[in-house]
Amino acid sequence: MNKTKKQGKTKYLILSILGLTVFFGIWQAAVKLGWVSERSLKAPTDIIQTFIYKLTNKSPDGATLPTHFWFSLRLALSSFAIATIIGVPLGWFMGFYKKLDMLLNPIFEIVRPIPPIAWIPIVILTLGIGFQAKMFIIFVAAFVPNVINSYLGIRMTDMTLVNVAKTYGATDWEIFTTVCIPSSLNMVFTGIRLSLNASWTTLVAAEMLASTKGLGYMIQMGRTIIRPDIIIVGMFSIGITGALLNIILNLFEKKVAPWRYRD
Amino acid sequence: MSDDVKVKVRGLTKKFGDLLVLDNISFDIKKGDFVCIVGPTGCGKTTFLNLLVKLLEPTSGQILIDNEPADPKKHNISFVFQEPSAFPWLTVEQNIQYGMKIKKLAPEVIKERTEEILTALGLSDVRNSFPRELSASMEQRVVIGRSFAMHPDLLLMDEPYAQMDIKVRYYLEDQVIKLWQQTGSTVLFITHNIEEAVYLSEKCLILTNKPATIREEKKIDLPRPRDIASEEFIELREYITKQIKWW
Ligand SMILES: Nc1ncnc2c1ncn2[C@@H]1O[C@H](COP(=O)(O)OP(=O)(O)OP(=O)(O)O)[C@@H](O)[C@H]1O
Ligand SMILES: [Mg+2]
Repeated sequence: MNKTKKQGKTKYLILSILGLTVFFGIWQAAVKLGWVSERSLKAPTDIIQTFIYKLTNKSPDGATLPTHFWFSLRLALSSFAIATIIGVPLGWFMGFYKKLDMLLNPIFEIVRPIPPIAWIPIVILTLGIGFQAKMFIIFVAAFVPNVINSYLGIRMTDMTLVNVAKTYGATDWEIFTTVCIPSSLNMVFTGIRLSLNASWTTLVAAEMLASTKGLGYMIQMGRTIIRPDIIIVGMFSIGITGALLNIILNLFEKKVAPWRYRD
Repeated sequence: MSDDVKVKVRGLTKKFGDLLVLDNISFDIKKGDFVCIVGPTGCGKTTFLNLLVKLLEPTSGQILIDNEPADPKKHNISFVFQEPSAFPWLTVEQNIQYGMKIKKLAPEVIKERTEEILTALGLSDVRNSFPRELSASMEQRVVIGRSFAMHPDLLLMDEPYAQMDIKVRYYLEDQVIKLWQQTGSTVLFITHNIEEAVYLSEKCLILTNKPATIREEKKIDLPRPRDIASEEFIELREYITKQIKWW
């Protein structure tokens, strides 16, 4: 059992590396053999060079890669954190208390289908174009999946388990905290994962509001000054960070909800 | 005289929409009695227990526990449900302690009873496991342990041993008798297994097909420990089986 698992893991690793190698190999060839103009796309080796250069150099877009990165991370994570801290409990309470659900659900159902980017014009008029405005756009994107999934998590609680608590004389609050919330965590984490992805993917849109820093800004600048390598360094920074954040979140989930993982 | 009545049922009727499930049932259960409820599939046995603990409201009639309407916050009730009901997010040990913590028993009592139950039900080795890591029959033992740990006044069990193999079942049947004898609980035990009913109970409540009424209250006054191969035992078992099949 353990052995086959290990073999499966090795196989997975080999195939992953193979996939990446082929992908970058074709890309490298496409640029170096002139199938694609270097004006519109740079080869992976050039991009690595640009990446290393940008680690310490401000030109040509005004800030180093770490500065851009830190700015974006702070923006995305603080919006995500607020969206989670407000969204998850709100979903829990709406799922548990019918009256609150009836009160808030209509508003929520109307707001929910509005794409985060559609908020940008009204946000500019009300909040301006500063850090708060950007945070709000990301917050909207990150908030919705948190609420929905926490809400559903409570709603999907096994009634038999609720009845167990009831027959032992648990109060409503005890049922909520000792049965419904733990049973919802599965869905809550799905929501948090979607929310984290949403905040990270909305970043570029939010940084289209006047910025002087940020990975989204760096990508915009790359286009303006026609530097595809800068664009791609920005894109990969977003992609790799997103993947790393997901891994961190998974580790966190295993700590908080170990019963689904231990073997 | 009504002092030693634990459960008093009067004119109990339950309809789900137009579906009449329980039809005007009345009976008493004495304090400290061990009653098995048997009846055809789908006749309303689970519905009855749910009414008893107020998970459902009756259409008409009443159920009293200790001469008052049932209140799980006041009465010390344990219910082993027909469906799997271990909390997936609690370890075996934490599952066993759940009810005691809700009832806010003293920490020493909780600790002592936990050890007692883990040993009695053979769960010591898996005390830190989660239910997902156990077999269905082991998981059910956790649920049974959780309800035994309460030393309940009123223990309700809805086909608790249905999925167990015969050896474990015999062992757990003796365990529930032991608990009953030690704590003086009143036990209501639903089963499809007539042998189990005759082995366990002081009284067998035989229900008719839906809409259920009581076909017969059969006293089982065999000495304990009971011998399932004895003549009286087999006779009772066959009699009850016939009563259920009759319509
Ligand atoms: N919430 C409900 N709504 C509608 N009908 C119900 C509900 N609960 C039970 N019933 C119906 O009431 C009848 C009795 O159900 P119940 O579960 O009490 O039977 P049972 O004797 O416990 O059956 P089993 O032997 O299968 O456990 C069944 O016909 C069932 O379909
Ligand atoms: Mg049933």
